[in-house]
Amino acid sequence: MIAELGLATLWLAAALALLQLIAGALALTARGTGFVGVVRPSAVVQGGLALLSFLALIMVFVQTDLSVKLVAANSPSAKPLMYKIAGAWANHEGSMLLWVTVMGLAGGFVALVEKRLPERTMLATLAGQAFVSLGFYAFLLFASNPFERLNPVPVEGQGLNPLLQDPGLAFHPPTLYLGYVGLSIAFSFAIGALVTREVGPAFARAMRPWVLGAWIFLTLGITAGSYWAYYELGWGGWWFWDPVENASLMPWLAATALLHSCSVLAARNALRAWTVMLGVVAFSMSMVGTFLVRSGILTSVHAFAVDPQRGTFILALLAIYIGGALTLFALRAGTVTEGERFAVTSRESARVANNVMLTGSLGIILLGTLYPLFTEAFGEKVSVGPPYFNPMTAIFVVPMLAVLAIGPLLRWRRDSFGRVRAILLIPAALLVICGVIAVVLAPGKVLPIIGLALAPALAVASILPLRGRDLRRVKLPVWGMVMAHFGVAVSLFGMASDSAFTTERLVAVRVGETTEVGPWQIRLARIEPVAGPNWTALEAVLEARYKGAAPVFTHPQSRTFWAPVQNTAESALLTRWNGQLYTVLGEQAAGDRWQLRLWWKPFVPMIWLGGVLIALGGLLALLGRVASDVKRLVARDKIAYRRERQGR
Amino acid sequence: MTMRFPIGLQRALLCLAILLAPLAAGTLRADDIMPPAPYAYRQLDDPALEAKAQRLMESIRCLTCQSQSIADSDASLAGDMRSQIRERIAAGEEPEAIRTWLVERYGDYITYAPRVTSLTWPLFAAPLAFLALAALLLRKRFGFGRPGADRTDGGGAA
Repeated sequence: MIAELGLATLWLAAALALLQLIAGALALTARGTGFVGVVRPSAVVQGGLALLSFLALIMVFVQTDLSVKLVAANSPSAKPLMYKIAGAWANHEGSMLLWVTVMGLAGGFVALVEKRLPERTMLATLAGQAFVSLGFYAFLLFASNPFERLNPVPVEGQGLNPLLQDPGLAFHPPTLYLGYVGLSIAFSFAIGALVTREVGPAFARAMRPWVLGAWIFLTLGITAGSYWAYYELGWGGWWFWDPVENASLMPWLAATALLHSCSVLAARNALRAWTVMLGVVAFSMSMVGTFLVRSGILTSVHAFAVDPQRGTFILALLAIYIGGALTLFALRAGTVTEGERFAVTSRESARVANNVMLTGSLGIILLGTLYPLFTEAFGEKVSVGPPYFNPMTAIFVVPMLAVLAIGPLLRWRRDSFGRVRAILLIPAALLVICGVIAVVLAPGKVLPIIGLALAPALAVASILPLRGRDLRRVKLPVWGMVMAHFGVAVSLFGMASDSAFTTERLVAVRVGETTEVGPWQIRLARIEPVAGPNWTALEAVLEARYKGAAPVFTHPQSRTFWAPVQNTAESALLTRWNGQLYTVLGEQAAGDRWQLRLWWKPFVPMIWLGGVLIALGGLLALLGRVASDVKRLVARDKIAYRRERQGR
Repeated sequence: MTMRFPIGLQRALLCLAILLAPLAAGTLRADDIMPPAPYAYRQLDDPALEAKAQRLMESIRCLTCQSQSIADSDASLAGDMRSQIRERIAAGEEPEAIRTWLVERYGDYITYAPRVTSLTWPLFAAPLAFLALAALLLRKRFGFGRPGADRTDGGGAA
């Protein structure tokens, strides 16, 4: 019953999206003004209905209603409640329903609160948003119905991949989806602005909170995903340029570029066409990401949906949206002028450099990710991995980081290097000193050395924009920028340090024996069996001493899940301020020995700490922007109210 | 979430587990009935050689896994290949020679470092093309650009 209700509300939501599209399009014509009043309410109701449908799906998962095919395929009855709920979106159909739900809610929210733009642009934006939603509704209803029934009803559901039974799962995909959806709203704004040719600061200000929000979620999603891979896969790697990882990184790069150009447009009315173009590209990258992950075209740890028919559907949607948007852009690009000019040495130019470098690295990653598909069409399978991506993206990222140190110090429109040269001596000196130290400590490792040299200089440079300012009067978005840039430095240091200084130890030891990794002495105290709700495990108790200090214990496990039967190695981590000890229990070896895999990873947590700082910086900027928007709205309402009274 | 047994029972279970472990290892991991190759989970004694081997292993694809290198996979094939690579490095072979040998045996798919071939050269030309394009666009942008009329500063950061 609940399943049917969910399906019915989903159809209704789709119908409202259609209404929103038609009414929006008609309202833009000369004779269709009667439809103007329909558009915003249908956006709001559409969001509500999609939410109801999603709640229905969560209900059937919580009840473990095995007559629903999706539940039977993904949810054995013996699974902790949290994973039952998370199970609702840990599969193809559920995750797409989550997508349209968030998209519907976001559209409804825009319809309710966004009043800055000319009404015609708003109508075009909401119609565009409905057009995007409709594609996804069609995809759900025709190619991936989450509420499909199963007859006969099975007695037990199939399991969720044990690797995915982890708190990371509960948050990782929804976070990324929120990011993708935010970019879809930015895309709708871009379409709306193109249709009515209203590309200007007001458009940028309306779009910016959505880009910022999307960017915050993408940052968090990527950070969480990277940490999840790090501790869950049991080998201490945090980024492998896996196609699925790239699929989340590409929208982030585009969103980062969009964020920076959007601010230029809002503040200076420059880079108009480019900002619109990036709005299209950012959402395209989300779609490409979804296509890569959802179609199963690139099989990898994350690709749980393998169904070429669906892949074709998403590819068609991709072609319609991206092709359509680019056509519109080509038609209108001539009428959208580039806007205000600026000198070579100016903050705008730094943003342009940032955009060019981000777009360049995005291009490299897109090419490297798709290239194996291309060669496979020629009958040759190749792999493109870290040895390609690391140096090739560095070509673009390293200069970008250099610009990051200088850009925020420059003035808008026109500036001279002479003005900032003196202050830049500090980070420059730091760069040289750290570079020399890094060469001595990690000889021959080129990229880690560059990272170790750049990171401290960048950290200092990121704080420099605050110099000589009254800190109480610095606005939130500036704090946000400083924090995010500082986060980049922190994260970079963690990455470089891990690549340069990690020590690894693979040993087979008897109970009671001691081994060493980096500054740690580690004794295998005992091996004991433990049991969880749906697994059993052997657990090693390791007594770890840092440079002979008092012992601390870690408990890595080798787990066996029952449904489906699968072994996983659960790593155990010990975090200190200066790094992490990573321990894994392997199999039993000959002669009563146990395999241990141990790593000492200096400063590795800074990678994710930096990610969180970047996201927090985004949050500060968002809060600052929203607060000033609200203030402006309130002021405008007051003025309108006063005028009305005076008029009487 | 971890449930612990009382200590006594824990000991008893431990003994049982240790007794049964070889058996369990045999039944649970059908692909690991053979003991792992000698250097699958053992490092070379010379840290310099081990670092060499490690760098190579990180760029060799595990053929039975999904998007993992042999350096971070528990698959038995990956273990065998790690052992092979460590033994060859210890015998004095150069990493790139081993890579070539692996490519001859398993095809280009095995290496994460794509070689420059008639099919893959665009991968390596692309960065140059992007840089050239960027330079062209920037020249166009700043070539004739004169800054417009004076405007007040916007406050803006991100």
